Amino acid sequence: MSQPPLHEPGLIEVFGAVLRRELTLAFRHRGELINPLMFFVIVITLFPLGIGPELNTLQRISPGIIWVAALLATLLSLDTVFRSDFEDGALEQMVLSPQPLPLIIIAKLAAHWMLTGLPLILLAPLLGYMLAMPVEALPPLMATLALGTPVLTLVGAIGVALTVGLNRGSALLSLLVLPLYIPLLIFAASAVDTAASGMSITGHLLILGALLVFTLTLAPVAIAAALRISTS
Amino acid sequence: MWKFIHKFASPKYFYNISGKILPPLGWITVALFAVGLVGALFLSPPDYQQGESVRIIYIHVPAAMLSMSCYVAMAVSAAIGLIWRIKLADIVAWAIAPIGMTMTIIALITGSLWGKPMWGTYWVWDARLTSELILLFLYLGFIALQTAIEDTRTAARASAILALVGLVNIPIIKYSVNWWNTLHQPATISKMGKPSIDASMLWPLLVMIAAYMCYFAWLTLKRARCEVIYRERNSSWVKKMVGEAS
Repeated sequence: MSQPPLHEPGLIEVFGAVLRRELTLAFRHRGELINPLMFFVIVITLFPLGIGPELNTLQRISPGIIWVAALLATLLSLDTVFRSDFEDGALEQMVLSPQPLPLIIIAKLAAHWMLTGLPLILLAPLLGYMLAMPVEALPPLMATLALGTPVLTLVGAIGVALTVGLNRGSALLSLLVLPLYIPLLIFAASAVDTAASGMSITGHLLILGALLVFTLTLAPVAIAAALRISTS
Repeated sequence: MWKFIHKFASPKYFYNISGKILPPLGWITVALFAVGLVGALFLSPPDYQQGESVRIIYIHVPAAMLSMSCYVAMAVSAAIGLIWRIKLADIVAWAIAPIGMTMTIIALITGSLWGKPMWGTYWVWDARLTSELILLFLYLGFIALQTAIEDTRTAARASAILALVGLVNIPIIKYSVNWWNTLHQPATISKMGKPSIDASMLWPLLVMIAAYMCYFAWLTLKRARCEVIYRERNSSWVKKMVGEAS
């Protein structure tokens, strides 16, 4: 019975290992990485075609369009975040592992955000410019997306964790998650609006930051609880 | 204390005691509705500004109040089921959900019927209306998740988490929507604010609120009772009771 004690990995080590695994897995399926981005671009392209190319109208609605498209793209890409791990049993191992589950989840979602949220942020100014957004509103747009997309990922993951065991989870997922996205959408879009009219948006950004801190602390716990239920 | 809670939470005890509470509660509800409706529709005066349309308020306000408190009751009950694994709490949460949803729908419909003569439109993207609509989506999500999962225990626990997340989100939604709205169209709405209401209108309103609450309690007990007996259909006491009846 005198086995050498197992090496207990520290928290940072666990975080790094999961992050590396997720990124490696994602890069082995490069084709899938681009899909949410294409979705984001195409949805935004549809609006000028549907509404008409008047610049005034587009300028008025562009923050809302970009934010709604970002929200839908995140939801679309999140749908699969736990799916393959659930199907091959890796998720159960994560739930059973002695390492804290919320930490593993944060690492997984961090990888997911780097692959979907970050490109959205980089792509947004270009699309904003195409939608006739004033140039001084573009940095605020990126700032709101930088603070907001992690919230989208974290809150959406709660819904994904609850529906991962279900066959037809996707349609249900939007019903569960989209109402929870509303506060973020309101604050973010009105921040960009305010910036476009040349006013200070510090207050908006502080609220978005508060939402980010709030979800970053509590959502992983909720996701962990939901995953335990889904895998039980 | 714990002993009492566990005793009350046992399905059989609940079934028996709710059977005793239901009939008197039902009659109280009927009496309150009778008094309240007569007071609201005939005895109370028409408003000097809103005319006869003010009578919609007697239906609308209690429903709107209940739509929100139902959600809190549902979430708290679901949380109790999740934390202490009390089956009865899951059942009560499941019983409340459609009632709360119906209250929300009643509040939305009567609100828009009232809005047409008052504001000239059935729907405005006002803070209150919008947050009520989101509340409806939250109820729908809870019910949809509950029905999507086959195993009742898992369904109850999963939807309990959803209800709790929604509960955290409700104040955020409420304030963000308020804020969003005041930013964009400051001078509208909220005539519901606090005009000091005359006593002749206040008493029917209070009676109607009490009637709605009793009705809610009666309906919750009734639904929970049906659900208890359905979920316990394989247990000995249900079989014995059904055997005696037939």
